[in-house]
Amino acid sequence: MRTLTDLPTPPSDTTERHNADATAAHSFSGSSARHESAVKHVTGRAAYIDDLALPSDALHLAVGLSPKAHGRITAMHLDEVRRAPGVVDVISVADVPGHTDIGPVFPGDPIMADQEVLYAGQVMFCVAATSHRAARQAVTKARIEIDELPVSLDPMAAVDAGDLVRPTHRQQSGDWEAALADAHHVVEGEQFIGGQEHFYLEGQACVAHPTEDEGVMVHTSNQHPSETQKLIAEVLNIPFHAVTVEVRRMGGGFGGKETQASPWACLAALVARRTGKSCRIRLPRGDDMKVTGKRHPFHNRYRLGIDAAGVISGGDISVTGDCGYSPDLSDAIVDRAMFHADNAYSLGQARVTGHRARTHTASNTAFRGFGGPQGMMVIEAAMEDIARQVGEDPLTVRKRNFYRQGRDTTHYGQTVDQIALLHTLVERLEADSDYWARRRAIADFNARSPVIRKGLALTPVKFGISFTAQHLNQAGALLHVYTDGSVLINHGGIEMGQGLHTKICQVVARELGLELSSVRISASRTDKVPNTSPTAASSGADLNGQAARDAADKLKQRLFDFAAEHYQLDRHEMRLERGELIAGIAGSEQRIAWGTLIQDAYLGRVSLSEKGFYATPLIHYDRHSGQGRPFYYFAFGAAVAEVSVDTLSGEYQVDRVDILHDVGDSLNPAIDVGQVEGGFIQGMGWLTSEELKWNDSGQLTSTGPATYKIPAYGDLPATFKVQLMEGHPNSMASIYRSKAVGEPPFMLGMSVWCALRDALASLTDYRHAVRLDTPATPERVMQAARKARHIAASTALRTAQASPGAPSGDTSP
Amino acid sequence: MISFYLNGRMQHVDAEPHLSVLDLLRERLNQTGTKEGCASGDCGACTVAIGEVDADGRLHYHSANACIMPAHQLAGRHLVTVEGISHGDELHPCQAAMVEHHGSQCGFCTPGIVMSLFTLHEHQVQQPAPLTPQRLEAALGGNLCRCTGYRPIRDAALAMHDTPGFRPAWLDDLSLADALATDVGGPGATPNERNVASRGAETANASGFYQPRSLADLVALRQRFPEARLVAGGTDLWLEVTQQLKDLPQVIDVTRVAELLTVESAADDLGRSGVWIGAAVTYSRLEPLFAEHYPAFAHLLHRLGSGQVRNRGTLGGNVANASPIGDTPPVLLALDARLRLTGPGGSRTLAASEFFLGYRDTALGDDEVLEAIFLPHLANDQQLKVWKLSKRREDDISAVLGAFSWRVVGGRLADVRLAFGGMAAIPARATGAEAALEGKPADSASLGAVSEALAQDFTPMSDVRGSSEYRQDAAAALLERLLLVIASSAQGAAQNATSPGASSADARDHSDTLATEVMLHAYAH
Repeated sequence: MRTLTDLPTPPSDTTERHNADATAAHSFSGSSARHESAVKHVTGRAAYIDDLALPSDALHLAVGLSPKAHGRITAMHLDEVRRAPGVVDVISVADVPGHTDIGPVFPGDPIMADQEVLYAGQVMFCVAATSHRAARQAVTKARIEIDELPVSLDPMAAVDAGDLVRPTHRQQSGDWEAALADAHHVVEGEQFIGGQEHFYLEGQACVAHPTEDEGVMVHTSNQHPSETQKLIAEVLNIPFHAVTVEVRRMGGGFGGKETQASPWACLAALVARRTGKSCRIRLPRGDDMKVTGKRHPFHNRYRLGIDAAGVISGGDISVTGDCGYSPDLSDAIVDRAMFHADNAYSLGQARVTGHRARTHTASNTAFRGFGGPQGMMVIEAAMEDIARQVGEDPLTVRKRNFYRQGRDTTHYGQTVDQIALLHTLVERLEADSDYWARRRAIADFNARSPVIRKGLALTPVKFGISFTAQHLNQAGALLHVYTDGSVLINHGGIEMGQGLHTKICQVVARELGLELSSVRISASRTDKVPNTSPTAASSGADLNGQAARDAADKLKQRLFDFAAEHYQLDRHEMRLERGELIAGIAGSEQRIAWGTLIQDAYLGRVSLSEKGFYATPLIHYDRHSGQGRPFYYFAFGAAVAEVSVDTLSGEYQVDRVDILHDVGDSLNPAIDVGQVEGGFIQGMGWLTSEELKWNDSGQLTSTGPATYKIPAYGDLPATFKVQLMEGHPNSMASIYRSKAVGEPPFMLGMSVWCALRDALASLTDYRHAVRLDTPATPERVMQAARKARHIAASTALRTAQASPGAPSGDTSP
Repeated sequence: MISFYLNGRMQHVDAEPHLSVLDLLRERLNQTGTKEGCASGDCGACTVAIGEVDADGRLHYHSANACIMPAHQLAGRHLVTVEGISHGDELHPCQAAMVEHHGSQCGFCTPGIVMSLFTLHEHQVQQPAPLTPQRLEAALGGNLCRCTGYRPIRDAALAMHDTPGFRPAWLDDLSLADALATDVGGPGATPNERNVASRGAETANASGFYQPRSLADLVALRQRFPEARLVAGGTDLWLEVTQQLKDLPQVIDVTRVAELLTVESAADDLGRSGVWIGAAVTYSRLEPLFAEHYPAFAHLLHRLGSGQVRNRGTLGGNVANASPIGDTPPVLLALDARLRLTGPGGSRTLAASEFFLGYRDTALGDDEVLEAIFLPHLANDQQLKVWKLSKRREDDISAVLGAFSWRVVGGRLADVRLAFGGMAAIPARATGAEAALEGKPADSASLGAVSEALAQDFTPMSDVRGSSEYRQDAAAALLERLLLVIASSAQGAAQNATSPGASSADARDHSDTLATEVMLHAYAH
């Protein structure tokens, strides 16, 4: 999706500004340190689960999956499986000593199918063999008999039938019915927002070693080791302290390993305990895509009252998440869709309803944005619709609807802080991207070009930061200083590529006044920092950074106390900088080298180990009233996308993207730019080329990269300018006034979808918005273009009939 | 026994015929730097570099997907992996540039990206040329990254040639090429040594993987082992190994059969001039030839699979595989290509249109092999357009592919051939639509009649790549585009006719310029 002609050379690219060798060019307090594993990544020395060496007698597991989406299991003939070469053990649900339900928050997820199957791809049994291939080949020998039952694949029908995985929830502000009744005009619409496969490059994987005392040591690619520890213990019926779960790094997670990494760990632990042998399981790509849940597809509806200028006075929005067969995290995901149905705009007097539909598909789960993106799509669709209705540019309509003084409270009662930042950011991007000149150029181009049409859109993002489950907003850290002065920090977060470990090392180095190289992070382990929250909700650096800082600060204070006494220094004004303890003020400073300080503190019997803790303040949400302050703060951003669409074939390309994104005072600009760029491209993929397909029997047919197309190198926009917003530290007391960056940029991808709709609207002379469900594949774009032409033609016909003198085909008023 | 070099060191390993290079590395040699992302050649995480001794006696490296490359094809090759190109913390320039430009996040795709960059880097060292967007896309289009969005990887690719770094000594060690050619029976071996190697292949029969060097040997092996599977690039067959978990007891590798590796200009049995392409010639080798003679076909190659696939995959494989959504068969139909099939009784030649009989069913006899494909030269006034529709522009399989050839004679359309993939169980021509166009005025052919005829020609199916309705509409849209191109070309020709001395080449250039107005730049040619 880019032209072959005008790729700019990167040295002039604005993203260069944030590279490590150009730290002077920005005003952020964090440095652009490289990823702590960068050298290991590029040399192949970074170890992932499937790379770990195992004992020679280790076993390899494979799972047998249900071919049917719904039915009663009448027989599982596994004798041939047991007799297959290399097979050591075959287990089904009857072999589980403890809990068989491993639902993470609510029950409903059997570890293996129990009498019934609820989706095609559900795990029915598990084989342990002497090699990965032998285990997989053995699986194919199973004969399964299933009495098929009716398959429910339509979430809207499920809602109508009351078939929900969790109860419907509502948020309401004011009298929405009156707002609609009194409105100058009402815009309404429906949309289908497709799901998304995580497509982490490293599939689900786990190694479990049996340990003494009936326990297990588990290495897993996993965003939530504490939950996995709990579930393993419950499945094995052993205490939590007998289970240790370790995660060094993940080859990508994106939410797909928050709850969905646990089943494999439970199975591996189970077989490891049964056989006394180390076990490895890694899902082949096809199995991974069939078994695990995805981003929820959503069906959204909206009726919004507007005034003559297109400003929303109120309305009614309903979002329906297709949750799959079980609750998983769907309650919170649909909540977050509801929390973001406003995006950056005041809904006025509005009601927002969220349904959680049950269908016979894999249990849909967390994915970067956690429902927020699907919620935002409602209001971004409405903005385009309103713009066509009132005959204004969509950007004008968006700006008119922004939260502002007097319209600064969300439909769930939280006041939007930093409204000025939203306005400033959008105005700056509008100017930097030359929005209005390009708008005119595009209008001229489209007037002359019958087949190729260009589209332009600027879309904002306002994303709430905090887990909406309040108790998860806590974190711990464990800091050790060794007698050579080297520092080891552990914390509750997981490294999945987002640079969390790098940022945490930077925090500790900053607190202790050390070179970054003096601080190292080992793997995250449940026996070092216990009872951790998942690394999710963009919260990794916010929560764990504060916990690490707390630990470092406590240790620092202890060292200051020791130094004041031991070296007879003034405790006041004492500080750690550049590898030294410094006391006194300029001119009369006294300095103790870090290594000396640590040696002396050790000999002085001062503890050189400390733990830290953090809990986010201020946040609360009352589900009963649907009101509260669920978010500590909001992160903002905006993107301008320009596309060219072949309105005959439905093909399109993204010609240019400009992004300005708010990360507060960046902890690491290079890493943050990486998150913004990567998030944008992933969001663009969600809305364009990534299409999940099921057949009528409920079997997923897009089961690998041959049929499921995530963005490739050539989808990088020809011109891609990404900048971080400078000079706007977080208004809340986050870690060094930075902001979370994992999820918010994902939703910048909406600009591409809106630009496609803009191009399609040109076919109606910008008088009609054409529905465009997602992903907007060439197939959907072609259909929408045909519809737009049809609307334009019938409008022209009506115009011609109304005024017989007008030349046919002329749609001008 | 497979004898090859791994990162500059000789290796001898035993392997069953279906073992992949990736499993050899990860499970037998404990080299886990190379990753498995999909085991289907679609993500590039397992990318390695394969060094082959070329006609010039030097080692040339190309990228390949280790997951779908038969381990036995390593014989006489130099396999380079991510572990082999650095020394401690001294990094190869491509690795150093990736670190410097923050090109890795989760790191799982990174070894594959590094190896794609390594081959690009070494091509630049051997033969410097501008790093155009097309070259970068060809080098990196087969490597999926889910984290970075590719911008820092592009920066690393552009910067690596100015980035200092470590070069393994074997990269400049000319004796390695000699050793490969002689020690392990590579293509540079003397005839006598080749015989030895050939006998070696025979003695290796115990493994079930056969690597004949001559067409006669190939045909004989095919007769002797009727159950054996033929493999060239492995880009399709090896999916049966990795996805369907089939063990292949007997495999015959056609990639070392001399007669199948030739490209020669010659006439076909109908006396037309053109080029005979050996069935085992890779797409990558065909790129310069196509760029010169069939630009539309060359453009399609850029979108066929990825660099890793084009480096291994062959035109013959795409034809013999006979998938209804293969990219090249419709082009062969539009060009009226011919195929030479060879068996124990000798060779026969037939039109490409006679080859595809039914879904994955061809005219190839059980004891025959596809030897070569003949592409006739384009006539001076002949036009060829190839348009592929897919969800993603790069490395995707088409939902619909149209390949169209026509001439304009006296202002009227002639020799119209409209071939489609994705519209039927076989790649097929739209004979009704062709008839609706044949003889019609080039500047005012009626879309309505053609569309109606097309609707009668095919009843496409719905699948993961597109619905039946979409395929029907999309095929019609391609014909609508075609008529726009033809009409504007006809108008251009009319204008050119008024200026004396205008050549048909000018007319063709003009039509290309106009075509971009009805097509996106990224798809136009």
